[in-house]
Amino acid sequence: MSGAQLPIYLDYAATTPVDPRVAEVMMQYLGPDGVFGNPASRSHSYGWQAEEAVEGARTAVAELLNADVREIVWTSGATESDNLAIKGAARFYGAERGRHIVTSAIEHKAVLDSCRQLESEGFEVTYIKPNGSDGMITPELVEAALRDDTCLVSLMHVNNELGTITDIAAIGELTRGRKILFHVDAAQSASRLPIDTQQVQADFISLSGHKMYGPKGVGALYVRRRPRARLQALIHGGGHERGMRSGTLATHQIAGMGEAARLVMQQREADAEHARRLMNRLTGQFEDLEQVFINGSREHSVPGIVNISFAFIEGESLMMSINGIALSSGSACTSASLEPSYVLRALGVEDELAHSSLRFSVGRFTTEEQVDYTAAQVRHAVEKLRQLSPLWDMYKAGIDLKSVQWVEH
Amino acid sequence: MPYSDKVIDHYENPRNVGQLDESDAQVGTGMVGAPACGDVMRLQIRVDEDGVIEEARFKTYGCGSAIASSSLLTEWVKGRTVEEASQIRNTDIAEELDLPPVKIHCSVLAEDAIKAALADLERKQQDTGAAADRQAAS
Ligand SMILES: Cc1ncc(COP(=O)(O)O)c(C=O)c1O
Repeated sequence: MSGAQLPIYLDYAATTPVDPRVAEVMMQYLGPDGVFGNPASRSHSYGWQAEEAVEGARTAVAELLNADVREIVWTSGATESDNLAIKGAARFYGAERGRHIVTSAIEHKAVLDSCRQLESEGFEVTYIKPNGSDGMITPELVEAALRDDTCLVSLMHVNNELGTITDIAAIGELTRGRKILFHVDAAQSASRLPIDTQQVQADFISLSGHKMYGPKGVGALYVRRRPRARLQALIHGGGHERGMRSGTLATHQIAGMGEAARLVMQQREADAEHARRLMNRLTGQFEDLEQVFINGSREHSVPGIVNISFAFIEGESLMMSINGIALSSGSACTSASLEPSYVLRALGVEDELAHSSLRFSVGRFTTEEQVDYTAAQVRHAVEKLRQLSPLWDMYKAGIDLKSVQWVEH
Repeated sequence: MPYSDKVIDHYENPRNVGQLDESDAQVGTGMVGAPACGDVMRLQIRVDEDGVIEEARFKTYGCGSAIASSSLLTEWVKGRTVEEASQIRNTDIAEELDLPPVKIHCSVLAEDAIKAALADLERKQQDTGAAADRQAAS
């Protein structure tokens, strides 16, 4: 490829590069000539200027959600936001409203492990399984899981492995009607879909800087004021962020996240259109390949993330043969063992197909040339590995692999 | 996962990929592993009248190390007698390819594959031998 950087980055769902315009803003808050003061310093202009930067960024993030500035709490990222919302709300409301929590089996680990922690504190958690292979967590599934003692529902807006979209507006209606708190992990959706807190009855919304072309290590939690959602803090100290999250604010990170939010508001539509065009171009180049399956609903999904399984080839060799492309596979290669993704498993995808799945995610800086190069490499790898695969031969010979007696070892 | 140069070489230029006629009495076929375990090897050998392996073919569904193990094996068995081929040990393969501990099972599978192919060949030759005897007797 002409002078382009290899490997090609197609892992925007894992993290996005910092937009150069964001990086430029962040630089203003570093160095001895920068606005480096502690935003909590009340006695001098270093502090006041830093505070101004933090509050400007807060306004931008609030606008992104059509929220009030007083509803935004800075955190270190979506992991912390998820922890704060789930543990903070459950511990605040559990005794009064009940100790049952509803979430889904395909949430991010930050949500699942927070729920696990609460289980060890005596909460009961229902992990909704998606209805079939489309990966959708529907309002009907949520409604069926609610109980009289449910205090909190926590669901992601866009799934990070599949790109599927949850109908948070409808679920918010359900939970509000029953005085159940509703937490939405919007880490993946904030850069891709509009979220209007005047329309969506979410009580908590998690955001992450580095999934929206901002820096890593910063995030935000939206905490609704009307009706008021309360939390028990996880981090105690100087009482920053209305006591919900103590610690000196990371001015440069926050300013970066604020700028990233402004840019999303300016070009969300254009970014989405760009992603749609690229993704159609990518998947179009796999259309004539047999036995290729898209995981999760295509109809209800964001254009930037697509998860595809290529049957009859093994996942690790697939990754090995596309080493010119940086993307994620459907197996979390945890040290020695290849564990199929728990998300694909929850969809009922067989382990073999989960192993040979790839998550392509494109974004603001992806080019057509990169997509074409990727498609060509993947096609080449799939064709080569199928030529090597006895399973492919058997499939072509019309043998049902499930009827074969395998000699396991 | 870091791979040795030899694994990468076999992976990128696999030797003796293909298929031999399974119904041929001189051909032994071994298929081992399972899709759910992440690797399946099919190894085939053809012997001449003197029991020397004149051709070997493989196809493997598996990781780079599994592909390399079976590719290497086809190179090794060619020109050897059935007896010699049965002496090949997984440790020889693992050593030659510099397999890391987590990939030793790939070499074990390759050893299983040659054993299975040899067993298949022996079975077939006994059958044809028996058939020939029957024919001679009648
Ligand atoms: C849906 C979702 N939630 C939470 C996170 C964690 O975000 P962070 O890296 O900001 O902690 C991620 C990203 O890894 C994510 O995709």
